[in-house]
Amino acid sequence: MIVRISGEGQFSIDDAATAELNRLDSELEAAVNRNDEAAFTAALHGLLDQVRAHGSALAADTLEPSDLILPPEDASMDEVREMLTEEGLIPG
Amino acid sequence: MISARSRGLMAAKMLMKGTAARMGVMKRVSLVFKAKANKALDKMEDPRETLDYSYQRQLELLTKVRRGVADVATSRKRVELQMNQLQQQSNKLEDQARKALGMGREDLARGALERKASAQGQLNDLQVQYAQLQGEEEKLTVASQRLQAKVDAFRTRKETIKATYTAAEAQTRINEAFTGISEEMGDVGMAIQRAEDKTAQMQARAGAIDELMASGALDDAVGGQRDDIQSELDMMSASSDVENELSRLKGEITAAAPKQLEGGANGNSQGAQAPQAGTQAPQGQAQPASIPAADRPAEPQDGEG
Repeated sequence: MIVRISGEGQFSIDDAATAELNRLDSELEAAVNRNDEAAFTAALHGLLDQVRAHGSALAADTLEPSDLILPPEDASMDEVREMLTEEGLIPG
Repeated sequence: MISARSRGLMAAKMLMKGTAARMGVMKRVSLVFKAKANKALDKMEDPRETLDYSYQRQLELLTKVRRGVADVATSRKRVELQMNQLQQQSNKLEDQARKALGMGREDLARGALERKASAQGQLNDLQVQYAQLQGEEEKLTVASQRLQAKVDAFRTRKETIKATYTAAEAQTRINEAFTGISEEMGDVGMAIQRAEDKTAQMQARAGAIDELMASGALDDAVGGQRDDIQSELDMMSASSDVENELSRLKGEITAAAPKQLEGGANGNSQGAQAPQAGTQAPQGQAQPASIPAADRPAEPQDGEG
């Protein structure tokens, strides 16, 4: 599976690691839903560390799309909310 | 074969569902990216034309991200300059405080230290922002290299597709490359946007600090409008230099043979005519009344200009 950390690049990650990713992702989403910035930051950093630890960086010239995309490391909760809307942060 | 249009709709529907059903942030963000790519794919008549059009946009984005790197670097250098100025200011103020204390003027020392604290506060803020800008600059630099690599790969793929496939075949071939590069472009575009926002905040901040410095609020006084501390120090140190000379000479007189008084006095004195030199009386400063004021060569009090 290919995971992109926004602003950082794409990683190929073993399917075995996805259970933990999904768990952290649920935490992340829950934190966004209940507006808990501290929990949000903790979950986001946990997710990113997990991807970095278990993923291997894809070559820069790959044109493969990612299965999952993660917000950048220093993203705020508001930015992530915006990323979740089509009119949001992502240009194009 | 799934048409571009229905792909776009699918992504959009999944996105809507995802908002309702819990799909997780990662999946939803990737669907937003895909929905944008699909919208662009939907517009094309002959997909091969879109390849060229997309390639043009990629080149534009490359130019934009490189300009972004240069803009952030410019901002960073401005902050660096301000940090140096504030540091100098802060050093001067501390120096002034030390001098004032040495002359027993705690009030002046306090004033100088208050300004120093203000300058130091600004400096600390700037250091944080400087590190942020440095981070943005590095990120954008890496992003531009990655985009360059992908644009090169896309160009190769594009030429192959155009040379080898019919329009119908091309569509499937294009899909992955197009979605992949769109994702990268969206990501780079977002990185540029974030860097621009931070740079704009930084510029506003730098402008405010420029104004603050111009107002003299952080001034050590030399060159500023508020030169109270420095001018008072100058006057005081002019008189205290004389005092020091005097006591040094007195010491020499006591120590040396009374007859060699003249030679000892001229050897390394700062004031040209030390024994005769007096002082311009600063208001209210204690000084020996017995020594007449004379034209004493003005000495720079310290190295600032």
